[in-house]
Amino acid sequence: MTSAVNFTAVSRLFGNVRAVDNVTLDIAPGEFFAMLGPSGSGKTTCLRLIAGFEQPSSGNISIFGEHCEGLPPYKRNVNTVFQDYALFPHMTVGENVAYGLMIKGMARAERDAKAATALEMVKLKGYGERRPSQLSGGQRQRVALARALVNEPKVLLLDEPLGALDLKLREQMQEELKHLQKQLGITFVFVTHDQGEALSMADRVAIFNEGRIVQAGTPAEIYEKPRNRFTADFVGSSNVLSPEFSKAHGGPNQWSSLRPEKIRLKRQGEKPDTAQASARGQITSISYQGATIRIVVLANATRLVAALPAADFSAREGDLVTLVWARQSLVAMESG
Amino acid sequence: MAQVLGRLSDTFYRKPGLLTFLLMLPPVFWIVVVYVGSLLALLLQSFYALDDFSGVIIREFTFATYGHLLDPANRDIIVRTVLMASSVTLACAIIAFPISYFAARYARGTTKALFYLAVMMPLWSSYLVKIYAWKLILAKEGIITWIAATLHLSWLIDAILSLPSIGGPSLSISYIGTFLVFVYIWLPYMILPIQAALERVPKNLIEASADLGANPGQAFRTVILPLAFPGVIAGSIFTFSLTLGDYIVPQIVGNSRLMIGQAVYTLQGTAGDIPLAAALSVVPMVIMGIYLAVAKRLGAFDAL
Repeated sequence: MTSAVNFTAVSRLFGNVRAVDNVTLDIAPGEFFAMLGPSGSGKTTCLRLIAGFEQPSSGNISIFGEHCEGLPPYKRNVNTVFQDYALFPHMTVGENVAYGLMIKGMARAERDAKAATALEMVKLKGYGERRPSQLSGGQRQRVALARALVNEPKVLLLDEPLGALDLKLREQMQEELKHLQKQLGITFVFVTHDQGEALSMADRVAIFNEGRIVQAGTPAEIYEKPRNRFTADFVGSSNVLSPEFSKAHGGPNQWSSLRPEKIRLKRQGEKPDTAQASARGQITSISYQGATIRIVVLANATRLVAALPAADFSAREGDLVTLVWARQSLVAMESG
Repeated sequence: MAQVLGRLSDTFYRKPGLLTFLLMLPPVFWIVVVYVGSLLALLLQSFYALDDFSGVIIREFTFATYGHLLDPANRDIIVRTVLMASSVTLACAIIAFPISYFAARYARGTTKALFYLAVMMPLWSSYLVKIYAWKLILAKEGIITWIAATLHLSWLIDAILSLPSIGGPSLSISYIGTFLVFVYIWLPYMILPIQAALERVPKNLIEASADLGANPGQAFRTVILPLAFPGVIAGSIFTFSLTLGDYIVPQIVGNSRLMIGQAVYTLQGTAGDIPLAAALSVVPMVIMGIYLAVAKRLGAFDAL
């Protein structure tokens, strides 16, 4: 099966800076694919390479098997939802949504009908006559989505589309986007720096750092089996343990990752079994986070962060405690 | 002293309205009394009339002076001036747009600095010097005639000058000459607002239109041009109204037929017909009012 989007050894240089550095990736048709990374990691440039706003300095990009070399954005069957929406201020919402159809030369009645349907799909029925300036951020976001989807693109590109929304609205839009994607079966390529967003929405996630993909996989693979310190730290938080510490505490003789929530305090009189490992140390700080309490424990000169249920927590700073975790929670990484 | 100043700033901090009021007082005085006041005085004058016999101004309310505007001679002056202002504006817009477009979208760094210098520098030299220079350039003995003769193109100049009504004995004594000088001196006033408007068009809107399938020509027509249009209107307000009111350019370069500005100058001076001069100066204001209303109706300010 041809992939929806294929990158083969793609690099994009800006002067001497390798914004995208030898990236190879395959996005399957109908997949919800997230590109996750800090700002400046090359994820947005990758998106712009797919859209056609940038051309690769080397390597090949194809969209549904079609080579994209030299193909301008207006000849690609992909559409973009821009970070700040990029709605046309001199047009009504309806005209914005119908813009792509108008450019294609579709008759007014037909494109108006399609635009109305698209607005209904994003729950903005009856907003067609308004101006973008009269809408809230969340509504503009939906207009941008409708404007892209009405063209029935093969691939929809979303550039941090939820970045400007407040938390509640963002969670709501995450759900709706995911639902829309399932319903339409279009390939979504989603750029974000929010790891929670990427994990909760995407079928597959690629972690970007310094222009390269450091790891790609399903959200569970990324979270449970980080391959390097960058992924372990960037996706959730993690205790990255040296080979020596790992070996001494029931893990492999390799750099390892131990998620804070996999750690618990040893109960009084409890005897850890062979499937478990433990470390004893002093609590150096405690911070209350609502559902959990994060403590930092210094054990054998190694700093361990544990996230514990807040409900039955009673220790104080300075207490000596024993931390317990299942051996299998120590995940071997390729590098530190 | 310091204490007084301190107390003063405390008062201003507590009552920001007071500070605003004090700061606004001089400009408001200027606008309302000096500017609007003289305008109203002008308006008032236009409702008086000149007694044809004695040459004395009759200070009684009448529309008679406005009636005189419709006399064939005055009507010709108005039509001539409006036609001139319109063609100058149109020409300025056509010439300015590509220049502004280049400056806004492509020029960076030194090129941009040079652009600003090239556009602004003519504004630094005296207006009269420029017009007299143009008179020499356009004169029968001037450089244009000389170049045309050298290139064996004198027939072209002759053909242009023999055009009915806009032609004349030489470029400097024809409407063509007046038009060229107007376009030259007002061009910066068209370039700068259009350039500012084009710079304000966000790059991502152009990307969005390309993303939605618009080729560069379509993107220009549907996004860039509509968004830059308020700039064109702003520029045209300058070129149009400056041409409507100017009395020096047509005096120096052009034929002997009057434009509104010259007529006003003559009427309030030698002829002493202040009421008609006032009524004639109201004409450009009314025309500008209509022009702005039409521009608004056409949606020129929608993107503001």
